[in-house]
Amino acid sequence: MRRLIWLSVIAAAAIAYPLLLSSPFQQRLGALVLLYAIAASAWNIVGGYAGQVSVGHVVFFGCGAYAAMGSYAKFGLSPLFGIPGGIVLAVGLAAIIGVPTLRLSGHYFSMATIAVAETMRLIVTNTEWLGAAVGLSGPTVPRNIFDLSFLSSLPYYYLFLVILAITLFITWWMTNSRMGFYLRAIRDSERAARSLGAPASRTKLCAFMLSAALTSIAGALYAMMFGFVDPESGLGILISVKILIMAALGGAGLLFGPLVGAAILVPLEEISNSWLGGKGAGLTFVVYGAIIVVIARFQPGGLLSLFTRRSKPKSDTGAGHAP
Amino acid sequence: MPRLFCNDLIRATQLMSFVLVQAIVGGLLLGAVYALFSSGLTLVWGMMNIVNFAHGDFVMLGMYVAYVVYTLMGGGPILGAPLATLVLATVGVVVYFALIRGIMKGPMLAQILGTFGLALLLRYSVFWWFGANFLSMPPNIVGGTYAFAGLRIEASRLLAGVVALLVTFGLHLLLTRTSLGSKMLAVAEDATAAQLMGIRPDTMQAIAWAIAAGATGLAGALIANFFYIVPTVGETLGIVAFVTVSLGGFGSVPGALVAGLLIGVIESLSGYLIGAIYKDIVVYLLFLFFLWFRPQGLMGKS
Repeated sequence: MRRLIWLSVIAAAAIAYPLLLSSPFQQRLGALVLLYAIAASAWNIVGGYAGQVSVGHVVFFGCGAYAAMGSYAKFGLSPLFGIPGGIVLAVGLAAIIGVPTLRLSGHYFSMATIAVAETMRLIVTNTEWLGAAVGLSGPTVPRNIFDLSFLSSLPYYYLFLVILAITLFITWWMTNSRMGFYLRAIRDSERAARSLGAPASRTKLCAFMLSAALTSIAGALYAMMFGFVDPESGLGILISVKILIMAALGGAGLLFGPLVGAAILVPLEEISNSWLGGKGAGLTFVVYGAIIVVIARFQPGGLLSLFTRRSKPKSDTGAGHAP
Repeated sequence: MPRLFCNDLIRATQLMSFVLVQAIVGGLLLGAVYALFSSGLTLVWGMMNIVNFAHGDFVMLGMYVAYVVYTLMGGGPILGAPLATLVLATVGVVVYFALIRGIMKGPMLAQILGTFGLALLLRYSVFWWFGANFLSMPPNIVGGTYAFAGLRIEASRLLAGVVALLVTFGLHLLLTRTSLGSKMLAVAEDATAAQLMGIRPDTMQAIAWAIAAGATGLAGALIANFFYIVPTVGETLGIVAFVTVSLGGFGSVPGALVAGLLIGVIESLSGYLIGAIYKDIVVYLLFLFFLWFRPQGLMGKS
């Protein structure tokens, strides 16, 4: 019951936010928080619940972004039509990466995801058809509402809110399904889970593909909001880093962890960028690196695990990972 | 007329094979440096089951140390290389005590995030301090090229390759022929048992980190003379190290040596035959190929 009250308070605050704080900067900030929360929640499915740390998640993000922009730039269709294509691409790639590496130790998986992301970035940068280093642009002037190209951030905010709600619902539903129990068992001890008959490789692969599909949707939304995609913004390793650190800071393997992480880090980055200007570019990532190291060393369960541990000792939602 | 054509063909083939041999020699020399820093990664991985995602950034740091030493004191690699080795070995020990010891027994998420965060921290600190521009070492003592049987070899590449080869071999001897090596292998085998025999696992692991990081420092200083010096170079080199280790099988220094040389040659040949922009792609694809078909590496046991 208390959970339900909290949930409705958070939902009401999220719906009211852009109306109460209505400057363009604040609305844009809100939309960006939600966007990164979608991507980080998608990462959380494989990184948090399944315990497989993907460091190249941007490749799925890029699949979505390039598919959305490509459907406009190459076929003159609404970017929306690119979303299914992006999902298919992302899920296919996830299978290619996942089938061999998810059988091995987790380090292989992490490195393979980096290698795939870098390979894709290099290939796209050298492919004229995909705009090479310049990238692809979306519609400059919207032809109709389905082009999803708005001047204000407000429509994006509510669109992202709906998608985030769906992503969180899928995650919640998954954790309470048979698959969720398998995943937690595998994360805690793969050998034990296997010996009790949990299909470890298949479950991890399913989680990875689901996560890839949702990340590609986040990529498509990102490209629609910014109106373009290039190899750096669509396939750069730093996007992976942001996604990963948001989930880890808030609490990997906790439903609302990624949202909390995004709500802390996106404003931090936006404000530091506007204060420091170009000089801040490197510094932001120095801070990010320091945050990840400190979390990994002292609070691997993320910030939210501080609260879960206090209210529910021995909870099964990731707090077991804290030292 | 046919004879003339024939002569042309022979000359063309000769020229071609010269360029090919040139590419192979260049690849071997660079590959020896790959082997050197990869053997650091393989040592730590084999001994503590920790994958250092910051390994490539350690090499980058070695390059910058060599650059700073040269611009402040001069002397080229002869002064820069030992100093970079020392600085990086110190960094390795500090990282071991401050970070690795704490996350070593923790969940995998903490291990990967910890070293990955360290990579970012190093990469962007250097980026912030030196900027994103490509730096290159000013001409120094180790300049010029040698001509040998029609091949042209830059002195700095020759020095780098030969030193790297010798040090990697020395590392192998250290691990297999000395009592320090035996102690380290004992800790790798079973830390508790080793402790019962009077070996301190903590000390041995710190030494392993010093050696691993020192190797990257030396490698970085050696390639600083002819490589592009840029903060993000560590990402590519890190993947190269990972490919080398997974090719050679983990924990194996001789494996890393063979694999490093092989990757150097493959990279150099693909740069020559397909195009310079694709040589990284070839290495990455090779890595994925190996993950699919032979994850235990070339020389590893299945």
